[in-house]
Amino acid sequence: MSNQKNAFVFNKENEIKAKEILLKYPTDRRQSAIMPLLDLAQRQNENWLSRDIVEYVADYLEMPFIKAWEVVTFYSMYYTKYNGKYLVQVCGTTPCWLRGSDQVIKACKEVISPEPNTVSSDGLFSWMQVECLGACVNAPLVQINDDYYEDLTYDTTKNVLQSLIDGSPLSIGSQSGRKSSKAVS
Amino acid sequence: MLKEKDKIFTNLFGDEPFHLKNAQARGDWDNTKELIKKGREWIIDEMKKSELRGRGGAGFPTGLKWSFMPKDSKLTNYLVVNADESEPGTCKDRDMIRNEPHKLIEGCLLASFAMNAHTCYIYIRGEYFNEAVVLQKAIDEAYDAGLIGKNAAKSGWDFDIFLHRGAGAYICGEETALLESLEGKKGQPRLKPPFPANKGLYGSPTTVNNVETIAVVPTILRRGGEWFSSFGRPKNTGTKVFCISGHVNNPCNIEEEMSIPLRELVEKHAGGVTGGWDNLKAVIPGGSSVPLIPKSTCDTVLMDFDSLSAVKSGLGTAAVIVMDKSTDLVKAISKLSHFYKHESCGQCTPCREGTGWMWRMMEKIGNGHASSNDIDKLLDVTKQIEGHTICALGDAAAWPIQGLFRHFRDEIEEQLKKTKAA
Repeated sequence: MSNQKNAFVFNKENEIKAKEILLKYPTDRRQSAIMPLLDLAQRQNENWLSRDIVEYVADYLEMPFIKAWEVVTFYSMYYTKYNGKYLVQVCGTTPCWLRGSDQVIKACKEVISPEPNTVSSDGLFSWMQVECLGACVNAPLVQINDDYYEDLTYDTTKNVLQSLIDGSPLSIGSQSGRKSSKAVS
Repeated sequence: MLKEKDKIFTNLFGDEPFHLKNAQARGDWDNTKELIKKGREWIIDEMKKSELRGRGGAGFPTGLKWSFMPKDSKLTNYLVVNADESEPGTCKDRDMIRNEPHKLIEGCLLASFAMNAHTCYIYIRGEYFNEAVVLQKAIDEAYDAGLIGKNAAKSGWDFDIFLHRGAGAYICGEETALLESLEGKKGQPRLKPPFPANKGLYGSPTTVNNVETIAVVPTILRRGGEWFSSFGRPKNTGTKVFCISGHVNNPCNIEEEMSIPLRELVEKHAGGVTGGWDNLKAVIPGGSSVPLIPKSTCDTVLMDFDSLSAVKSGLGTAAVIVMDKSTDLVKAISKLSHFYKHESCGQCTPCREGTGWMWRMMEKIGNGHASSNDIDKLLDVTKQIEGHTICALGDAAAWPIQGLFRHFRDEIEEQLKKTKAA
């Protein structure tokens, strides 16, 4: 997982994407692109950012490293260490807690690791508790990388995690069989 | 109960695809050019007639807000749409973005034209990745069809929309923090004044509006401000998407008439409280930042700004969090305290230090190791945080705790005594 000094550069595809992103902002406001570019860099590097990568992005945008580092550490979605192939984020805020997020956490502890922020022994995933993910009428839920798995129970959480272990992830969204946020009638 | 024909978001649940041709079949983008031809005065006037109040939580009249934008500024005006939906309990914008993106995009064009803005940024929370993918596709469709871009919808108005993803910070839902974030900085709120309408994004005049506020604009303009204001009570008009979560049989999002009784909302649409209405303990009626209300209040309260503020709570984002009698209320509110502690930007001392202190005190009370004096001290601290910070996050952290003890102090003290005796 170690990165040699300045070894990181955007790959060809991301270089094109980065240029497209910069077009969204006024030419004298390159710093505005820091968040999307950090995201791009993170995606290219197994979902985490080393100091060197942040330096690269800061240079790319002609901004001081410390300003970029402030952004990295302020926002919760930039990771400064490797979290496994799948990062399982369990919402534990009140609406999810009321509907059983403790059971979701229990399942994560059993399947992934007893402690949060710890990559499982097979290197496949880690879990962490996060604050409100904004899908409260489909509580409780987890976010796994980019995807939400909703309306979970202890059992369905285990099913979702097992599907990742098996290499054939279940469909995202509600795991109770309902459609989006519509009431079951 | 709101009739189907009066619903604005007919595809809220994604029963049909979000794509342009489907959206057009639902009535979106229908002769948008004609609406623009009527001019910006007409648009702002209709918005004022609709009495629409901002749907992001603060409830400021939208037409009035738009009229603050300078008309002949030499700077570039901006519309920024706040899609950083992160208030616990709230998930309405998510459905609009993923299932009705064209309502939002058309609304952006109309609102931007009314405010003399050629550019709009939509700031969407980073966790809504799949929603951002859908919205970007819808934006691309609108560009390809000539509905936005140069000479948008053949109106003669040039208009660009850019999507910007956040990265997990509740505070970026505060409008000036959002602008800081959009400028590539930490999302720390700015001192006001100057207000964004004078000095916003890149120092230019800017209006920041919630997704729902903008997404209802096209329908209001087509059906008329008076049509919209015919729903609900005066100053509390229109239709509204409510999010009903927690201890109900069928949690859901639902568009309803403003001022609907809370009980009717929960019973008609969410299958009622688990174990029945009498099993209700308390409701947080407008997202985590507003004080809870006990069952006795829930029996009769109406879901609108004025009715809820009269019972010392608020409509906020209209996110109804239902808690039945099995709920450990101290724990429920303590989890919100933890949320605010986690989300404080750290800029103002009362909030940075106070949110953590309040959470620790809430945990102490929850564990039964506190006394009546501790509750007094806690309430005193909430008063010292409230109103003493740059933005409203400090207030939002204080209010749920105040609400809890306003209604349940006796019960909590009783519990503390029992724990001590044991």
